[in-house]
Amino acid sequence: MARTLLDKVWEAHTVRTLPSGQTQLLIGLHLIHEVTTPQAFQMLKELKLKVRMPERTFGTLDHIIPTADQTRPYADPEAEEMAAHMYRNMKDFNLQLFDMSTGKQGIVHVIGPELGLTQPGMTIACGDSHTSTHGAVGAIAFGIGTTQVRDVLATQCLAMAKPKLRQVRVEGALARGVYAKDVILTIINRLGVKGGVGYAYEYAGPVIERMTMEERLTVCNMSIEGGARCGYVNPDQTTIDYLRGKPYAPAREAFDRATTWWKSIATEPGASFDDVKKIDGASIEPVVTWGINPEMSVGVSQRIPSPDAQPEPERPTFREALAHMGFAAGQPIKGARIDVAFVGSCTNGRLSDLRVAAEVAKKGKVAKHVRALIVPGSQQVAKAAEAEGLHEIFQAAGFQWRKAGCSMCLGMNDDKLQGREMSASSSNRNFIGRQGSPTGRTLLMSPAMVAAAAINGAVADVREILR
Amino acid sequence: MSTDFKRRQITGRGIPVPGNDIDTDRIIPARFLKAVTFETMGEHAFEDARKQNPEHPFNSKVFQGASVLVVGQNFGCGSSREHAPQALMRWGIRAIVGGSFGEIFAGNCVILGIPCLRASQEDIEWLQKAVARSPQQAVSVDVEKQEVRFGDRVIKASVPDGPRNQLVNGTWDSTAVLLEAGAAIEATAGRLPYVKGF
Ligand code: SF4
Repeated sequence: MARTLLDKVWEAHTVRTLPSGQTQLLIGLHLIHEVTTPQAFQMLKELKLKVRMPERTFGTLDHIIPTADQTRPYADPEAEEMAAHMYRNMKDFNLQLFDMSTGKQGIVHVIGPELGLTQPGMTIACGDSHTSTHGAVGAIAFGIGTTQVRDVLATQCLAMAKPKLRQVRVEGALARGVYAKDVILTIINRLGVKGGVGYAYEYAGPVIERMTMEERLTVCNMSIEGGARCGYVNPDQTTIDYLRGKPYAPAREAFDRATTWWKSIATEPGASFDDVKKIDGASIEPVVTWGINPEMSVGVSQRIPSPDAQPEPERPTFREALAHMGFAAGQPIKGARIDVAFVGSCTNGRLSDLRVAAEVAKKGKVAKHVRALIVPGSQQVAKAAEAEGLHEIFQAAGFQWRKAGCSMCLGMNDDKLQGREMSASSSNRNFIGRQGSPTGRTLLMSPAMVAAAAINGAVADVREILR
Repeated sequence: MSTDFKRRQITGRGIPVPGNDIDTDRIIPARFLKAVTFETMGEHAFEDARKQNPEHPFNSKVFQGASVLVVGQNFGCGSSREHAPQALMRWGIRAIVGGSFGEIFAGNCVILGIPCLRASQEDIEWLQKAVARSPQQAVSVDVEKQEVRFGDRVIKASVPDGPRNQLVNGTWDSTAVLLEAGAAIEATAGRLPYVKGF
């Protein structure tokens, strides 16, 4: 019987079936960052346990670190303390840390793929829900909690139930001005934020196959926003070309042997899925969220829907969303005034994201009332962007050029919304309070659309600017 | 390995904290959540309640070193913070006997290997008074038999089947369960092409 990538990877990593019926699953790559690990390390110390396979865990600093002045000690004592703990734990347990001095630091889901740590056929875990990102190269990657971080450190395993598998096919082709972010926001809108519960998503179809690796990373990143446990794309020539020459990818003959294995773990033709959903790529337009979860979105040419048009149980959330956002049902999303523009995060903080944003930034200047931040996803992204002069384009247009980190994606450092500020953001969550202000408001969109909104001072259709 | 994790019987001196609906904010105030470690949580157990009430049992010398907490109804209601059971555990609590418990709190206790046993209102009131009268006498908590013994009296105290099995069999701790696989872990890793360097 034809098998899927999920079947093959799951089987290859199964240590045993637990009495609970769950699988004891070996984790091939464990990525950690400063915020969700200190308690896990402490539990390990108290249990007098070692890290089982120290060569399979890598760490970085991203969530709480500042992106303006990074001189130690950091101005925020809590950030400093978390960083200090990270340094100490990594040293105590003999684990590799990509800090600022390595030139490889960055958001954990940006550096894994760009260093070639993330590879097809692996199981990957990280104490962060957006670990699904790594599925873009054909890995099965899970976000986990602090107690599970301890499990992976101590045993290199997780107790997991195998999810069901849904293939999400994006057929046809995308129109100009429509990006990977619009594809995943459309998938979430059509299938719902809870639509993926209990499932892994396999993304397929011509649109996904034609995507670059960076675009696939954007799609897989937000699998979790659609409720899926993880999401992946089958490895193909794009994957192989992407990994060639990466520092932690196999080299020379080993690379050739690796490609044979990588190809062999892809889903076989004729394999069956628990569910298949199709979306027509041509029907997708630039998407903007208008509400308080990533499902609440519309095409930029559309109007904000009315709660009365929704099924009864959903109406209260719709009303709450409209009240929080200060929007009226039936209002066009285009023209909604913004105060802050943020390009960055593990969803859209890679070089190709900065390139399209810079393309748009060339067309104008940031509106006077808008605070605009460009935060590269990693030191390597920053370096490559600077080599192309992107930072100068941004600065000339009035954007701030920052250092790598999570920044305003979650507002754990100084980059926060103030009061009820409205933000156009290339990140992944528009939950109330997510960007650092309890009353702050977030509109999710592609990096091109964020740059367009920054220049326009309000939500704009990037297709008109790039015309 | 798992013998260390079995929680069949726990015996230790008791400490009564009377009152109902004591929420997790009372157990550990929210401002301690930003800490990078649970290490100091024990010092802050009931911090605000202790400041407001010098007579609070957690302030009292006679109860220092106690390990069996005796509480009223709906203990640990409120937020899902793991910090609350962490604070109690680090103060020294190993088992809790009460009228009833907040559901998430009770679940978080199981993760730490702390049994929460439910007893009748009448028995709880008796046990709280008895412990207060004889703080040096040990309370014996039998998770397996679902009873609590103090002096010559035995009271019924229940733990739901799921958590009871996990506690008694020592499988409440996922790390311990996973460790039992032993060398099978390395064997599985050894079969993976990428672990072998292709
Ligand atoms: S960029 Fe945002 S979503 Fe991504 S890891 Fe950082 S905080 Fe999490």
